[in-house]
Amino acid sequence: MMIEFYLDTRSGVSPYLQLVQQVRRAQKLGLLREGDQLPTVKEVVSKIAINPNTVQKAYRELEHEGLATARPGVGTFITKSLSETMLNAHGPLRHSLQGWLTDARAAGLDDESIEALFKECFRSSSFAGLA
Amino acid sequence: MTAVLEAEGLGKRYGRRWALNECTLSIPSGHVVGLVGPNGAGKSTLLNLAVGLLTPTQGSLSVFGKEPAIDADQLGRVGFVAQDTPTYAALSISDHLKLGSRMNPRWDNSLAEARIRQLGLDPRQKAGKLSGGQRAQLALTLAIAKRPEILILDEPVASLDPLARREFLQILMETVAEHDVSVVLSSHLVADIERVCDYLVVLVSSRVQLTGELEDLLASHHRLLGPRTETGATIENQYVIEASHTERQSTVLVRSDGPVLDPNWTIEPVSLEDLVLAYMGQGKSQERSALVEGQE
Amino acid sequence: MIWLAWRQFRVQAYVVGALLGALAIALLLTGPHLVHLYDTIVVTCSAHNDCGPVQVSFLHEDRVLKQVSLLLELVPALLGIFWGAPLIARELESGTYRLAWTQSVTRARWITTKLCVVGLASMIVAGVLSLMVTWWSSPFDRLQDNPFGFFGQRDIVPIGYAAFAFALGAVLGVLVRRTVPAMAATLVGFVLVRFAFTVWIRERFASPLHASTTFQAPFSTSFGAGPIRNSGTWIISSNTINASGKVIGQNGGIGPNGEINFRQLPGGASEFVGVGRCPNKIPAPPAGSRNDSSPPLAVQHAVQRCINSFHLRSLITYQPTSRYWMFQWYELTSFIVLALLLAGFGWWWIRRRVA
Repeated sequence: MMIEFYLDTRSGVSPYLQLVQQVRRAQKLGLLREGDQLPTVKEVVSKIAINPNTVQKAYRELEHEGLATARPGVGTFITKSLSETMLNAHGPLRHSLQGWLTDARAAGLDDESIEALFKECFRSSSFAGLA
Repeated sequence: MTAVLEAEGLGKRYGRRWALNECTLSIPSGHVVGLVGPNGAGKSTLLNLAVGLLTPTQGSLSVFGKEPAIDADQLGRVGFVAQDTPTYAALSISDHLKLGSRMNPRWDNSLAEARIRQLGLDPRQKAGKLSGGQRAQLALTLAIAKRPEILILDEPVASLDPLARREFLQILMETVAEHDVSVVLSSHLVADIERVCDYLVVLVSSRVQLTGELEDLLASHHRLLGPRTETGATIENQYVIEASHTERQSTVLVRSDGPVLDPNWTIEPVSLEDLVLAYMGQGKSQERSALVEGQE
Repeated sequence: MIWLAWRQFRVQAYVVGALLGALAIALLLTGPHLVHLYDTIVVTCSAHNDCGPVQVSFLHEDRVLKQVSLLLELVPALLGIFWGAPLIARELESGTYRLAWTQSVTRARWITTKLCVVGLASMIVAGVLSLMVTWWSSPFDRLQDNPFGFFGQRDIVPIGYAAFAFALGAVLGVLVRRTVPAMAATLVGFVLVRFAFTVWIRERFASPLHASTTFQAPFSTSFGAGPIRNSGTWIISSNTINASGKVIGQNGGIGPNGEINFRQLPGGASEFVGVGRCPNKIPAPPAGSRNDSSPPLAVQHAVQRCINSFHLRSLITYQPTSRYWMFQWYELTSFIVLALLLAGFGWWWIRRRVA
């Protein structure tokens, strides 16, 4: 299977939204590509014991966002792939990020500090992007 | 949406104690219904009444529009797994499947055998030698292979270890996905209810406290935090379920009939567990005040 | 449903079947020998009119006979206790009824099938056992010629006993809902009803006949003229009346215990104890004579002459041997009817009540 779902019962996020997020994340990481089939409702619920309606709701939401499409009698399929350039950029970006993390840990930053630093830069760069 | 189970003023008394009192509810079909409440609340009683193992002392109950267990056809539409999942200890698994096929006209033997294979059980094994989890799976298989329109399960996972519990729920959900069967499942484990159910019935102190679609209930209940207010003071558009106070702060759990108008309140969502606990608390205090009234 | 009823009952059926088989073999092995004994010894003694001592030695095997016949007293009770009482009670006690009653079979059909399958099996077991025992005991029975004496242990009534015991057990199981107390209650109930029939009800199946005969001494081999020709008659009561019609004794003799005693008076005369002085003299039995042998002919004639002088009569209430089979059918039917009533009650109860 292309994607394996999981449920975080303590995240406060409703189950169907968690599934949607997991599909989006996988697609954005290039793990799910156009034409890939999402697991059937039956397959999902037999792995993680959740209500089938939850899965159906998540798939409908993905359809609504244009990320997936349902083919009756066959299954639900991803409709968008990450562009080739973006996918190619992942490799070097990942590499430089790993380098940055190594430096940060060598400087003595703990996980929380790293996360705080990253989030701050991320936010300010987002604002900069808007401006 | 058709109602699969309807109760009107349903009551059941044992001696002087009312196990179930003044229950009126209408459970829609096509849902996985969670029946939740503390031990002794009457969940088992309600489910046993629904399958005809008990008869009401008061009021009425109908399943698919007919009295429970009234005839073979009605019995065939309802699958039941009783608490402690009773099985015949001296009979083997394949004997139990034979039992199912002889006693149920709509029995799906290939489904039953596939399930047993999937579970990795030896059909010649006597039911008395199975573990608790395996017996529960056998009982569930018997109920499912009967191809009922509704599955009624009385605390089926209460005495199972986490792995067995997960496997049980997996198979249950798979069955719902495949066969479009309604389920009514009682439990005092709110986490399980939250995963698998989309409709909720809260039973506390032998009375129905709350029913509704799970999503709607979670959307319509909020936790309000704000500066300390007087106890008993009402909040506009809100129905107070539970309130607690510190020196300076009040926390109130409400059911919203409209928007919160007072800007002093901070609104937060409520988890299912907190929701159920709040209604359990309300139910208990109702019971206590009823007792006090009775004594006066 | 029939499959389930049989499957739950299978092991017990096999065990009892094996036991019956073993008993059959034992009886088959010893039976023909008894018949042979009877044919050779008894036939010859009849020719010599000397069957008294033969009877005694033959009936020495009496102990075994009584034990074998006892089976027919025990087995119906055991069937009621072990097949009847747990039938429903065990399911109620262990909770398996919650599985059985939520299949697609109604409670009514469930209990009907269980009652029929195991009830019929009980009746068959009792019937086969009775057949075997009646066949094996027939040499003894012919010799003793006392059919009413073994009434409850022969022929067809044990089938009724088994049906009743089973139904009683099953219904008590339904009411009590616990296996062991139901078993105890079944034993008590069964014994009480059997007792009631044996002591009161059976003799009233048909109005008993009455007869008045000349009072006879006990060592006579015949009762003389009258409707009571053979000793197979079931004597219900036998009152002794004197010449003026007063009852002076019961149970076939004088006084409440039915004794017949003669006493030597000082001076050589003899007295019929409780009646009066004999007009004749009764010679004393020779020294060293055993108690179980008939007195010498001279003594017998003297005793009879003394008795006759008082013109005593016996008023006998009895059921003739000819009614034996009629009574078997009456008692069988009564027990079957009781069984059906009980079963019907149990059926009704479990449909409407049970929590």
